[in-house]
Amino acid sequence: MTAKKLRYYATGILSLAIACIVFVVPFLFIIVNALKDKPEAARLHFSWPTETHMWANLIAVIEARDYMLITAFVNSIILTVVAVTGLVVFGAMVGFVLQRRPSRWSGLINFMVLAGLIMPPAVVPTIWLLQWLGLFKTLSGLILIEIAYSLSFSVLLFRAFIATIPRELDEAAILEGAGPFTLFFRVVLPLLKPVAVTVIVVQSVAIFNDFTNPLYYLPGSKNATVQLTLFNYQSMFNTSYNLLFMNILIITIPPLIMFLFFNRQIVEGMTAGAVKG
Amino acid sequence: MTTQNKKGTRRAFAAVYPSWFYLPAAIIFGILFLFPTFASLFFSLTRWTLFKYSFIGLDNFRQFFSEPFLVWGLINTLIYAVVTSGSKVVLGMLLGILLTSNVMMRGLLRAIVFFPVLVSTIGVGITFTMLMHPTNGLINDVIAVFGIKGPAWLTDPRFALLSVAFVDVWKGVGLATVIYIAGIVSIPAEYYEAAKMDGANALQRFWNVTLPLARPATVTVIILSLIGGLRSFDLIWAMTKGGPGFTTDVVASVIYKQYQSGFYGLSTAGNVVLFVLVAAIVVPLSFVLNRREVEA
Repeated sequence: MTAKKLRYYATGILSLAIACIVFVVPFLFIIVNALKDKPEAARLHFSWPTETHMWANLIAVIEARDYMLITAFVNSIILTVVAVTGLVVFGAMVGFVLQRRPSRWSGLINFMVLAGLIMPPAVVPTIWLLQWLGLFKTLSGLILIEIAYSLSFSVLLFRAFIATIPRELDEAAILEGAGPFTLFFRVVLPLLKPVAVTVIVVQSVAIFNDFTNPLYYLPGSKNATVQLTLFNYQSMFNTSYNLLFMNILIITIPPLIMFLFFNRQIVEGMTAGAVKG
Repeated sequence: MTTQNKKGTRRAFAAVYPSWFYLPAAIIFGILFLFPTFASLFFSLTRWTLFKYSFIGLDNFRQFFSEPFLVWGLINTLIYAVVTSGSKVVLGMLLGILLTSNVMMRGLLRAIVFFPVLVSTIGVGITFTMLMHPTNGLINDVIAVFGIKGPAWLTDPRFALLSVAFVDVWKGVGLATVIYIAGIVSIPAEYYEAAKMDGANALQRFWNVTLPLARPATVTVIILSLIGGLRSFDLIWAMTKGGPGFTTDVVASVIYKQYQSGFYGLSTAGNVVLFVLVAAIVVPLSFVLNRREVEA
């Protein structure tokens, strides 16, 4: 018994120690360096700052390049909120009809969903098209892009969840005189709350962290999203590492909050999305 | 009578579940994803300025397979995808087994392993670039304690690609782990009990029960991380921008570089190469892996 218990504690402490060294130290490294002044941070040491400069660094990061971080946060939040709303409503609509009414189109639609999940988007033709539509370098254009690229994931999750809602419910609502619009928006959509929460948290983290699509479709520092602000402090000769790390720290806070509140939904959603895809 | 009835039901069905529910999604997806994909097949055959194009046949592809730096991108993409995918399978499975066993502070450990998945890839890339600094970096400082001089992880051509792949695994192994956790938890406990009764030791139980029955999870992790690995761009861009030389260039970074230099036709040809590559690897592989699962 004691030998067993000893082994239990030994493996436990060992795993925790390794996990901390491998996964936690890089985050601590970000934190301690975000608190240092410029010359000390430039040494890149993993040590507690001799003097903490939290407020000074925080203010410097916010004020940098004419309050670019604030603009970027506003842009990123609008982008995330609108795109995720679109993903939930449009994805649920497709998932609903796709699950409830199999037709000769179903095969094609399922194929499209898989294609959207696997295929990399064609970048330059998309830019050309956005220019033609007058949507290149606009937030609306990027919002539509994010919706188009993530629809597949959203449809998959909604379709799987709708399969668990009994059809009798639809029939009852129809007998009560509900049209398709009322049936979907008043009866079905409220029942989709658990899976909608999953889609919302997983996709908002993904879109908030997206770098590649803003880089291509929303260039220019006026339009920056938060991920692009990280390149503000890197120059060949004079990088302000303390501000760089402070910036990383600030933009990590929204995903961290999501994780603290929706840990279960995020893990379930990512697992389900992966398995079904 | 019956046909009429059937028609009636179908019409009633269409009234309750109307096709126009597909419309908003179909318009956005069709215009912004499908149309550019088909357009890319055409524009990959042209020299293109976005305003004018001239048809040049397969010249872009010929260039893609003859210029050394473009060929390197192709080879690196394959190495990167295979290395990251393989490591995520092995490490994800080991972590999955550890984190479904009766280990201390299991919830905390799961959270620690998973959290990097949610952090900005660019932030992670920049941070590890600092940690991998050849003279000041924490990693080499630690190695130096053991009296070994660490290499220049990101500037030595022999290590650069693998160093970036390591960071990719560091960031992505949490997702592989939770997929394995879901797979292992769904294995009925009776199998383990039966194996124990037959006198199988821990290693045999792993080999004969966990490994075959967690197969769906393995298939998922392989497919998912191959797709991610073949398409990966942002981490490489944050850490090395394809350098030193072209030693960490992948197809996705070549697409971006050619786009930046204004070679739109060549960039689009790169895109076509990338989706042929992804389709040619992922589709047959998922077919084979899923079929063997049914037979077993």
